[in-house]
Amino acid sequence: MNPLLEARGLNLRFGAVHALEDVSLDLYPGEVVGIVGESGSGKSSLLKVLAGMQPADAGSVAYTDAQGTAHDVLRISDAARRRLMRSEWGFVHQNARDALRMNVSAGGNVGERLMAAGSRHFGKIREEAAHWLTRVEIDTARMDDLPRTFSGGMQQRLQIARTLVTRPRLVFMDEPTGGLDVSVQAKLLDLIRSLVADLGLAVLLVTHDIAAARLLSHRIVVMRHGRIVEEGLTDRVLDDPQHPYTQLLVSSVLAA
Amino acid sequence: MIMLRTEGLGKSFTLHLQGGVTIPVLENVEMTVSAGECVALAGPSGAGKSTLMRCLYGNYGAEHGRILLRHQGREVDLTTADARLMREVRRDTLGYVSQFLRVIPRVATRDIVAEPLMLRGTPREAALARATELLRRLNLPDALHGLPPATFSGGEQQRVNLARGFAAGHPVLLLDEPTASLDAANAEVVIELIQEAKAAGSALVGIFHDLHVRDRIADRLFTVEPIRKAA
Amino acid sequence: MNAPLNPVAEHLAGYNFAYLDEATKRMIRRALLKAVAIPGHQVPFGAREMPLPYGWGTGGIQVTAAVLGPRDVLKVIDQGADDTTNAVSIRRFFGRVAGVRTTDRTREATIIQTRHRIPETALREGQVLVYQVPMPEPLFKLEPRVSETTRLHALGDYGLMQVKLYEDIVQHGEVATAYNHPVMVNGRYLMSPSPIPSFDNPKMHMNPALQLFGAGREKRIYAVPPYTEVRSLDFEDHPFRPIRAPHACELCGSTESYLDEVITDDQGGRIFVCSDTDYCAERRGE
Repeated sequence: MNPLLEARGLNLRFGAVHALEDVSLDLYPGEVVGIVGESGSGKSSLLKVLAGMQPADAGSVAYTDAQGTAHDVLRISDAARRRLMRSEWGFVHQNARDALRMNVSAGGNVGERLMAAGSRHFGKIREEAAHWLTRVEIDTARMDDLPRTFSGGMQQRLQIARTLVTRPRLVFMDEPTGGLDVSVQAKLLDLIRSLVADLGLAVLLVTHDIAAARLLSHRIVVMRHGRIVEEGLTDRVLDDPQHPYTQLLVSSVLAA
Repeated sequence: MIMLRTEGLGKSFTLHLQGGVTIPVLENVEMTVSAGECVALAGPSGAGKSTLMRCLYGNYGAEHGRILLRHQGREVDLTTADARLMREVRRDTLGYVSQFLRVIPRVATRDIVAEPLMLRGTPREAALARATELLRRLNLPDALHGLPPATFSGGEQQRVNLARGFAAGHPVLLLDEPTASLDAANAEVVIELIQEAKAAGSALVGIFHDLHVRDRIADRLFTVEPIRKAA
Repeated sequence: MNAPLNPVAEHLAGYNFAYLDEATKRMIRRALLKAVAIPGHQVPFGAREMPLPYGWGTGGIQVTAAVLGPRDVLKVIDQGADDTTNAVSIRRFFGRVAGVRTTDRTREATIIQTRHRIPETALREGQVLVYQVPMPEPLFKLEPRVSETTRLHALGDYGLMQVKLYEDIVQHGEVATAYNHPVMVNGRYLMSPSPIPSFDNPKMHMNPALQLFGAGREKRIYAVPPYTEVRSLDFEDHPFRPIRAPHACELCGSTESYLDEVITDDQGGRIFVCSDTDYCAERRGE
């Protein structure tokens, strides 16, 4: 099997700060990779570069689409990148308000990606929106309500429904449970876990929450100062960490 | 047929947060397990039996030597296998029954048990039927099958975990104290399950604290020697 | 500068023909050519100050001035009527600064400047319809950033507009845009038809006349060349329907034309009459 996404030798500097230093990473179909590290470790920069939202100073990112065509993510046109973003990819932001249209109904938010992809049948769009709202455990009676009337957890689930409605193959997630209450986080993590497994999604998950990374990821990448310091099978990295920084990270948060 | 063997396996832990002190645990471990046999790990407490089990499962990275596992007709070295190969090995060949269930909130017991089978491609209905059968054998009331095990007692959770461990019929199965804290009747069921797995040709490696259980199941012992600790 | 060819009437001394200087006309004509070449695409142009306030048709007047020739016959309508203040002012303006013939008759006109209507009488090849446009950007209520709307047009990414229609149906049970209903031009660009009633939208489709749009305040020009496909946005299961008051014209009896509601007294009395005064008059044999 060939990788879905192949990153090689990524470098990115902001002035004197190395956001990324010689980072290489492969992601295979159906694989969930957790990128962990503290704030400023470069994990969010890495996600942005991999999704083509941020240019890199050096390196390459190749994405192979469903037809087997390779895309040079860092050099493709804005139009081609947007096309990927609305068909093959999804992006789940930490703050649902950054992704949702707050003055458009929940159903409209979910349907937007379908309409952007060319759906022009109102009934079918609604049917599909209702299906995805149900899958993220939002009562379809709330379908015509505005997201601003939703709780934080519901808004995040709505964002996930909106992202998944076009059946992406690869989803980028940036701290998807950040900023939510702990009890809400647990429920959301579990929902993401089951959706990812059912749909066979490939996911790049950026999080500083080790427990979330353990629950969702097949593989973990530990970043520090813009470098990957350790990577491997999730339970091996977390239960038998080798790098001093990983040991610190694991010992300071993990009780599980 | 040899299913699992180690060559010169060694493992130590370097604790960077404690000034980089290195604790050696395993040294030059040479063991072999064949299809249809059960090998019990022996040795005093702290000798490294659990560490060896975790190395065999890939949960701990081995430092020296090789761990060779027969996987889909070929031998793979688990000490150098990448994360994707390890996932594949765990899905198809290598099972692990530990004492503790890592509870996933909100997933029904029946689904937890059926998951390893479904990952291997068994249709959902058949996988759920097998899960129900195993849970019943382990005397977990039907009323609990549809509930998440988060609120179950320790003994009930352990039986869920056992059912999950045995569900997929992995060719190589690692058993970490499978009968600890079970009553006599349920321990008897586990002994039956292990014997059935052996009869079906699985290779088993186990840690058994209960010597009566161990003697009924194990074909032979493998003694893990404590390492002379550096002063 | 070329001298006017065989002027029909004298125009006011001290002004260039049709008020604008020739360099400005040339700039506008360049923008018009580009607009015709890319149907539905908004072309920026250097709109001039006109002797009228914004909102009175400064964009339309500049387009008319740029295409007007001495032998043209000009008609100006405001909401279908030739005799309202705005229409009268603009018609007189060109009568004085260009000396061209003016008319109320759709059939006689070579150039028709319009605010918010398309005449009922079918247009023919060779005629030019100039729309006054207050807001050329169909997405402006949905996406406030101009840089982003520009990008959405470039990429043909119009899901957002469809979302607006979706929300209309959710809230009102149908697409609720009675006027300024967005259209796709030539299968490529989303375009605001200017605030014409949705009743008029179908007339834009495959029209033999050249349709030019000028927005003075927003400094944009766009165009629909003759015989161009213009489709009103809709859903397969909620097709676009032009809206018309379910009455006959009180004056001419037409059941086909777009009607205005006229209040006749203080007791709630009202009648419906043709919005297109020329069409109505012609039917009545005037």
